[in-house]
Amino acid sequence: MTDPTRSTAVGLLARMNAGAISAEEVTRIYLDRIDRLEGQIKAFLHRDADASLAKARDVDARRKAGKPVGALAGVPIALKDVLCTKGEPTTCASRMLQNFRPPYNATVIEKLIAADAIPVGKTNMDEFAMGSSTENSAFGPTRNPWDTDRIPGGSSGGSAAAVAADFAPISLGSDTGGSIRQPAALCGIVGLKPTYGRVSRYGLIAFASSLDQIGPFSHDLADTALLLKIISGKDPLDATSVDEPVPDYPASLDTPPDTLRIGLVREFFGEGLDPEVEAAIREAIRVYEAAGATVKEVSLPHSKYGAPAYYLVAPAECSSNLARYDGTIYGHRAEDFSPASPEEKDLPPLIRMMMASRAEGFGPEVKRRIMLGTFALSAGYADQYYNQALKVRRLIRNDFDAAFKDVDVLIGPTTPTAAFKLGEKTADPLAMYLSDIYTITTNLAGIPGLSIPCGLTKSGLPIGLQLLAPAFAEDKLLRTARVFEKATDWHTKRPVLV
Amino acid sequence: MSYTMIIGLEVHVQLTTESKMFTSCGTDFGLPPNTQTDPVSLGMPGTLPVMNGRAFELALKTAVALGADIAGFTKWDRKNYYYPDLPKNYQISQYDLPFSTGGRLEIPPQKDGSGGGRCALTRVHLEEDTGKLTHGAGGFSEVDLNRAGIPLMEIVSEPEIRTPQDAKACLEELRLTLRYLGVSDCEMQEGSLRCDANVNIHIDVDGKKVATPIVEIKNLNSFRSVERAIQYEAERQFDQWKKDGKTIKDAPKQTRGWSDPEGVTKVQREKETAADYRYFPEPDLVPVVVDDAWIARVKASIGELPSERRRRFSSEYGLSDYDANVLVEQGQDVADYYDAVAKATGAYKLASNWVQQDILRIVKERKVPIGECPVGPAALADLINRVGRSELNTNQGREVLGKMIETGEPAEAIIEAGGYRMVSDKGAIAAAVEAALAANPKAIEDLKGGKKKPEAVKGFLRGQVMKQTGGKADPALVGELLDAKLAELAG
Repeated sequence: MTDPTRSTAVGLLARMNAGAISAEEVTRIYLDRIDRLEGQIKAFLHRDADASLAKARDVDARRKAGKPVGALAGVPIALKDVLCTKGEPTTCASRMLQNFRPPYNATVIEKLIAADAIPVGKTNMDEFAMGSSTENSAFGPTRNPWDTDRIPGGSSGGSAAAVAADFAPISLGSDTGGSIRQPAALCGIVGLKPTYGRVSRYGLIAFASSLDQIGPFSHDLADTALLLKIISGKDPLDATSVDEPVPDYPASLDTPPDTLRIGLVREFFGEGLDPEVEAAIREAIRVYEAAGATVKEVSLPHSKYGAPAYYLVAPAECSSNLARYDGTIYGHRAEDFSPASPEEKDLPPLIRMMMASRAEGFGPEVKRRIMLGTFALSAGYADQYYNQALKVRRLIRNDFDAAFKDVDVLIGPTTPTAAFKLGEKTADPLAMYLSDIYTITTNLAGIPGLSIPCGLTKSGLPIGLQLLAPAFAEDKLLRTARVFEKATDWHTKRPVLV
Repeated sequence: MSYTMIIGLEVHVQLTTESKMFTSCGTDFGLPPNTQTDPVSLGMPGTLPVMNGRAFELALKTAVALGADIAGFTKWDRKNYYYPDLPKNYQISQYDLPFSTGGRLEIPPQKDGSGGGRCALTRVHLEEDTGKLTHGAGGFSEVDLNRAGIPLMEIVSEPEIRTPQDAKACLEELRLTLRYLGVSDCEMQEGSLRCDANVNIHIDVDGKKVATPIVEIKNLNSFRSVERAIQYEAERQFDQWKKDGKTIKDAPKQTRGWSDPEGVTKVQREKETAADYRYFPEPDLVPVVVDDAWIARVKASIGELPSERRRRFSSEYGLSDYDANVLVEQGQDVADYYDAVAKATGAYKLASNWVQQDILRIVKERKVPIGECPVGPAALADLINRVGRSELNTNQGREVLGKMIETGEPAEAIIEAGGYRMVSDKGAIAAAVEAALAANPKAIEDLKGGKKKPEAVKGFLRGQVMKQTGGKADPALVGELLDAKLAELAG
């Protein structure tokens, strides 16, 4: 029998439903692999193997008894540690929440439980999802399974690496400016950021509320479609979730879209794009043309303002979202908050406690963004920064609306380069920010974005192809991507770990 | 030197809803600290607010009733500040696009006829209440988050109030209106109605107007304290100005707290030294769109407001402004009671007297709502009609009412059992008149000799006749027969 860890969720379900293998066996094989190789990757922050196995046995018992089981019955899944799991650690890779155990599950977790999926662990990430390399984790970086000297991308680096390393066939991440698509591209897997409002954010610890969205990682689109169908839908606990019908994504996946009009975003092929990445994208375009697609160049003229706008909106929201971590009720509380300077002497002890707790609890990138956001919202500055950014955001949305009048999907590179080395960009936040240059406008516009594997560099590093579609057109997005996946075998490539 | 007070009120009202503004958590008052909470009202990581539609509906009803302009599009904003009264360290409120602007409140005049008029409103908006902090001994503070997240409506008046009495009257009228609307129980003691006052004075200096720095007075826990604090504050500002000459241009707005036992306002420490709340649109909530159909639906649900009711009591029933106000200001249940009695008797003034003098006295003594008065409006109307038909005189009516309240029996039964029916038999009354005159020869002499005023003597003799008949005689007939007899004697 082939190694189950080389399979997919759909493949595993078929074998489990046929009785060829039990959920417990599947889980055990994955857990063994994690035990063997996790030291090289460090994808996880917390695991509870006994709980995973107990769940698997429960699924087996029900399956054997002919009782109904969920759509992911017995399938291992890794979960980004930004998702609240009841009674279990949920740290956001921050010292601030090192001891936080929420008394509730995120809505997506409830849905996964109902689908009988087997959580195998909470994955590493950039602290509070702020970063592009998972190096901002307070608990050490995750490594790219394709080259362990390199970063897996971020902020959902642990979830991407876990799937790439076959620690679980599928995982969940969150994407605020590219945090699913960028690590998916750098780890050679599929990653989808759904339309804003498609998936409930309840229980997703907020970074930037108007941009955050939960989405799936997997090896292929069939698994993406399956997982998306399970986690999507209106949630009464999230006012921003949208009451749009959830199509049967897996059922329609293999039906090619009626029209295949593809737009190439001119602005995504400029300076900074690595030639090897560009070559892979150009090759992907040829694959589409061979499949009968019409390809035309389109422009998103305000893309160049995407990064500046994003780095005002996201920090502004984060400065407010993270205000609750002050040591009073939530988060790390400093033991010593005696005045750190003569100026602090006059401050009330409560304020000093908050200051010391936040100084100790947050890492440098989180602090940088909180300060940036606080400044952008301050009286006298809000108009020229935050409010200006909101206007740009509208222009970016208009750009996409205009582009989608003529084409069905937009394609381009997910990232300007393949995975970079650990430590390469940590000293230069701006260079780090630019690794999300092609992904952040998607979040500002709220539309869905997908990254699929489309090549390897000469040195064997994955390259991602990004596809974008109008809001709530995930169905079309997946079917268009499937045309490429059918014609190529990049999605079958897996790193070799020993 | 004279000055004018410039007063604006900022009123916070907790709406009567079963759940909090943005979560299904309950809102009961008086539970042990921090038991009325849930993950959302505790601001736990990952939780999200969802708007309470009922709370919005009640706020909308209030704004429509106050004649405010309702925004077709309204949104929520975050007010950011570090203070443990809200665990999120921001309050969900409304900043630049509140759901309503403008509006007005009619203030009834004072009892002496002075004051009153209209108080223009700036805006009404909706937000979440904060938790309660108790600053205890030893430098520790206790946080109770039961109140955190309760729907809170903020009503801001224009600074158009000119006297502390009108400020108090304005607040009273607001409470009455909100209670009529059924949107809040408005208990100042429980904190479901809270009021801050912004006060400064315009001093007339050689025909020029000099404005003192604005002070926001907090901690006004009763209607009386609103009046007293504003009066104190205006005088304090005048004294201060005489001392330092500082005007509105020289000092920023200051917050002072009212100390009721000491009768003074004192400088309060601010939550934050610099109040930069860094407002921005709340990304976790969606804007609310209010269309005309919704406003029409809300309008239809609004009953008669206190000001309208006063006017109707005056125009329809011919009551004096004073009487109309007494009946209306007691609350909707009292006005409804009176309305029912007035309609069932057609004797509007009489009904007003009976309700005010008898029924209200009883319910006040017993400290019960009028709905629990043993004599309902139909029973009272029946009694009043009997007096009107001369079955009983007024004094008998009072006695019967007393027994009705005691026993809960209808008038009919008490009259039968107690033999209360009025004596209208001419012969019997004439005999009583004779007897009274025979027993009081001195009175007749007084009358003849002009020693005493005829009316006083007649009054005395009427009382004697009533006494003879055990108080049951028809007073009109007594008067008539007595007058005739006296005229005869004088003749």
